[in-house]
Amino acid sequence: MSAAAPGTSKTGHSDVVQKKKKGPGALATAYLVIYNVVMTAGWLVIAVGLVRAYLARGSYHGLYYSIEKPLKFFQTGALLEILHCAVGIVPSSVVLTGFQVMSRVFLTWAVTHSVREVQSEDSVLLFVTAWTVTEIIRYSFYTFSLLNHLPYLIKWARYTFFFALYPMGVTGELLTIYAALPFVQKTGLYSITLPNKYNFSFDYYTFLILTMISYIPLFPQLYFHMIRQRKKVLGHVDDYSKVE
Amino acid sequence: MNGKKQGYYLSLCACVCVCVEPNATIGEIKSMFHKSQGKSLKDEDVLQHLPVGTTATFYFRDLGAQISWVTVFLTEYTGPLVIYLMFYFRVPFIYAPKYDFTTSKHWVVHLACMCHSFHYVKRLLETLFVHRFSHGTMPLRNIFKNCTYYWGFAAWMAYYINHPLYTPPIYGEQQIRLALILFLFCQIGNFSIHIALRNLRPPGSKTRKIPYPTKNPFTWIFLLVSCPNYTYELGSWLGFTLMTQCLPVAFFTVVGFVQMTVWAKGKHRSYLKEFRDYPPLRSPILPFVL
Repeated sequence: MSAAAPGTSKTGHSDVVQKKKKGPGALATAYLVIYNVVMTAGWLVIAVGLVRAYLARGSYHGLYYSIEKPLKFFQTGALLEILHCAVGIVPSSVVLTGFQVMSRVFLTWAVTHSVREVQSEDSVLLFVTAWTVTEIIRYSFYTFSLLNHLPYLIKWARYTFFFALYPMGVTGELLTIYAALPFVQKTGLYSITLPNKYNFSFDYYTFLILTMISYIPLFPQLYFHMIRQRKKVLGHVDDYSKVE
Repeated sequence: MNGKKQGYYLSLCACVCVCVEPNATIGEIKSMFHKSQGKSLKDEDVLQHLPVGTTATFYFRDLGAQISWVTVFLTEYTGPLVIYLMFYFRVPFIYAPKYDFTTSKHWVVHLACMCHSFHYVKRLLETLFVHRFSHGTMPLRNIFKNCTYYWGFAAWMAYYINHPLYTPPIYGEQQIRLALILFLFCQIGNFSIHIALRNLRPPGSKTRKIPYPTKNPFTWIFLLVSCPNYTYELGSWLGFTLMTQCLPVAFFTVVGFVQMTVWAKGKHRSYLKEFRDYPPLRSPILPFVL
């Protein structure tokens, strides 16, 4: 799911003012700055690729193919963020970050890449656009935070754009999974049937349906968490009192 | 100050005895209620013998809704027993209708049902007659968590073992025989440990002593391991995995092993902390290894 939405403090570095944990050392900071700059650049490439393809073709259809490779590369690269948490240079939960990155990687590889027929769906463009805008803001947010020079505009964007981007991404993702269902059922993709010597079976079709259902409890939780974070971080804009 | 039992059965703000200054605000008293300060007391402690002067300050902590250990164990173990049997007898709506109330043609499936049922009947009887629990209760939410785990896995395993398309073990009788021996050996072992632990503790008491090997050879493993009950439990499930050659059973074994290792390490650590003379050769759960 598009859970790495702007301002998800679960993936975030400490962007809440008073939690001054002892941060990463100088070498780790340098590495993280480079990592975040590269990721920002990568998603900018994807954004530019989408715009250029649209202008060239004059339609929204089939834009996925023009950014397929950088999308796969940079979205998969985000797996490094799990490592960052595990090693401790980023103060986030390994489990939470893992969950969010894996859900993105799942949609990229196990759904969009694996089921060729959905690649021309408009829903793919919907979630790719949402992810692109989200990630450009998120990675530039981290970059500036690490350099202790965070422009308010970026902070504001991170905690405001999600209002639209989150539902947009979720809609795109759900529609894409839904579009994949008939093809998965027909071909038995990634499924194991009985009988076999391990006495085990797996129905990918049912698994995808369960995944879609899991959005129902999960999406509101994440969305409202973001709203709460927004109040905390941007709250001082409305009232002049110190953020909690 | 009344000597009512503290801790376990408090729901909301029941009986709180706190020493406060006259000018303390209600807010301050409330926050003291939630702070846990000072030494945690035992039920058996006598007021007179506590290391306090003429005034003492008690802090009460609300543990939330509680449920007794016995209730939780009985519920979480009865589930798998019943659920497995439902799959074994192939009650309707699980498999295709033509298989309703039929039985498997593989004798290992009958054996597996007997072993699985025996295991949970043993657990239920131990809960009722053998175990002496340190704590009366645990948080209520645990029963939902635990039952989901036990009942869920039982259904998952039972579905495949009792499936009309079940494939018996590759190495046939040899494999099943070896597995059964391992399973039975570890069931007896596990039971022996439970008895040995029970005998460490007089009825109604909550004393803690270092367990040692007894005349029963199955307890000699205490020489090498702090929590041999978990060691034997792992062995039983390895036996069952081998017997059924079923991947979900293997998953259940692995998950259970991870959890038991966490418990064993915790228990081992508290033994070391409590007893100066704790035998140094012992490992938490696997001899020399873990």
